[in-house]
Amino acid sequence: MAVVTQSAMTAEPSVASPKMTARDLNLFYSDNQALYDVNLDIVERQVTALIGPSGCGKSTFLRCMNRMNDTIDGVTITGKVTLDDRDIYDKHIDVVQLRARIGMVFQKPNPFPKSIYDNVAYGPRIHGLVNSRDELDEIVMTSLERAGLLKEVKDRLQSPATGLSGGQQQRLCIARAVAVSPEVILMDEPCSALDPIATAKVEELIDELRSNYTIVIVTHSMQQAARVSQRTAFFHLGKLVEVGETDQIFTNPKDERTKGYITGRFG
Amino acid sequence: MSLSFLLLAVAALCALSFYFGRQRAVALSGGRHSNLHSLPAHYGTYVALWCGMPALLLLLVWYVFQGSVIEAMIVAELPAEITSDTGQLSLALNSIALIAADNGQHLSVSPEVIDAGRRLANLQSIANASLVVLMLCVAVIGISVSYRKIDPEMRARNNVERISRWMMIACSAIAILSTVGIVFSLLFEALHFFSKINPVEFLFGLEWSPQTAIRADQVASEGAFGAIPLFVGTLLITVIAMCVAVPVGLFSAIYMGEYASSKFRAIAKPALEILAGVPTVVYGFFAALTVAPFLRDNGAILGLDVSSESALAAGLVMGVMIIPFVSSLSDDVMSQVPQSLRDGSYGLGATKSETIRNVIFPAALPGIVGAVLLAVSRAIGETMIVVMAAGLAANMTVNPLQAVTTVTVQIVTLLVGDQEFDSAKTLSAFALGLVLFLVTLGLNVFALKVVQKYREKYD
Repeated sequence: MAVVTQSAMTAEPSVASPKMTARDLNLFYSDNQALYDVNLDIVERQVTALIGPSGCGKSTFLRCMNRMNDTIDGVTITGKVTLDDRDIYDKHIDVVQLRARIGMVFQKPNPFPKSIYDNVAYGPRIHGLVNSRDELDEIVMTSLERAGLLKEVKDRLQSPATGLSGGQQQRLCIARAVAVSPEVILMDEPCSALDPIATAKVEELIDELRSNYTIVIVTHSMQQAARVSQRTAFFHLGKLVEVGETDQIFTNPKDERTKGYITGRFG
Repeated sequence: MSLSFLLLAVAALCALSFYFGRQRAVALSGGRHSNLHSLPAHYGTYVALWCGMPALLLLLVWYVFQGSVIEAMIVAELPAEITSDTGQLSLALNSIALIAADNGQHLSVSPEVIDAGRRLANLQSIANASLVVLMLCVAVIGISVSYRKIDPEMRARNNVERISRWMMIACSAIAILSTVGIVFSLLFEALHFFSKINPVEFLFGLEWSPQTAIRADQVASEGAFGAIPLFVGTLLITVIAMCVAVPVGLFSAIYMGEYASSKFRAIAKPALEILAGVPTVVYGFFAALTVAPFLRDNGAILGLDVSSESALAAGLVMGVMIIPFVSSLSDDVMSQVPQSLRDGSYGLGATKSETIRNVIFPAALPGIVGAVLLAVSRAIGETMIVVMAAGLAANMTVNPLQAVTTVTVQIVTLLVGDQEFDSAKTLSAFALGLVLFLVTLGLNVFALKVVQKYREKYD
């Protein structure tokens, strides 16, 4: 599977048949460049972790992958991001459908101020994925089940989602993302607002979801990256420094900066 | 010594005492400010406050009581035949005041009154002089007492803090007390009215014609004080206004907040808010001179009989006036919906309008309801537009093409011109005012409650 080619300094990481790729991706917030020539492949049905110090561009990169940066004023992007070999920045791409294929889970749990049921049903409803109430029920139940939340909430599906605990809310957000059957799920530091026990549950969940979905996760915790991911990409100052199999990155980094970050000398 | 001079003197004393208080603190510190409990300026402020505050308090109390005390002294000296009759007494007191102000040469009054006038002038100058002396004394005592108290251990900073807190409490008390005062003045006049007219008849009567005979020999109608037609008229115009203001205000708020580029927003938002700065009397012109004739002429073309002072004209223009109110308030509540909820919805592949409809709007709904209620209470209390554009005839109708009148219009017409304050006609204005006040107060309290409840959710 994943083969890291040549020197890590130029970081030209290609894999055989990537689910998503980024090629020469540059991103500017007005005049500030936030990403420099990022080239990265995302392997299907694997967890890819993006690590790096604060402000290194890993979240920005993640948000390029489902065009969430489109909603921010003054962002310019050059280069190419593909999903199944199609450029997602192509004029003919429907952003709305794209985001249904590439789900996202955010740093802070952000359930809508609706019932638990309506939160999960939100995506299927707006995309018209179901024809009947029974089908919708079915999707909601499976999604909650997949997010490992069904047991805890099945008796109070109609109560407000904001009443759940932080960890439950985050798993609800994952269920919400899963409900539209995306192919890729992007997670932006999904555990940073959670306590250790809730974090453990979410990590366990990520590991299970890997069998059905391609997952990209931004994380500040190197332990977390080591625990949940198969591939790890290290970002520094807007550049992708090194990418490779997680074991290799953590035990035998090729770049001095990666080594420095992983051993805790900066970051 | 005039009042302004006196105040200036006290201010100068305060400045001096600040300086000396500070100097003393510095001297006591032995050169190191850290030996003091508080900063030298705190000691200065402490002394200055003790100089100025008691003096100003004395001034206030003095002015509240000076008039009545002096009057009592004058009245006590007047002969019984004047004081026994209240009419005569107030006439005499007037002349006395004129004489005291050196304005009464032309008056032909009894020597007692002239004497009293001289005495009044005398008493007033004594009072003024003693006020000056007393105030300066109080200021100086304040200075010397607090100056002596200065000590490196003294907690001047905490004292200053406490005093300034009381000053702020006093300021907010003034705001609250004036509201209470307004309520009571309305209440008493309204009770006066209700002693003449049955409140049930007023609140539920269907006919409003407040013309009553002023003198017994005049020919005039009995007067009917059923306020329902006014309430209906007010409600009709308010509903028309809200039909304009709510959709336009809300949609422009949504456009400004969610769709517009920041460049467009920077220009359009202030432009919209200019509407809020237009004086209502200008809206009144606009309604009476432009909108109403336009509606009447176009109504004639369509074969409709539109009154030239139609409820529609007044309501439409009032709606325009309220647009910025609705839009800026609902813009506020919608922008308070956290960005994370928007992101969550976009991340699931929702479009902008789906996000607004399904996430932002429901989350902001309580706040928007609050905004609309506040706008309703503005519309109900709005006076100038309806005075100029709505009619005076108290028609009981819900036809927007006819003339109706509102509570505020009636209050204005009842009180304009020379009025006697014991006829039911004039007093009914206060009863109407009371009803208006209670309704808008209730709406405001309710709306603010709703808005507040919503705010707590995301903070």
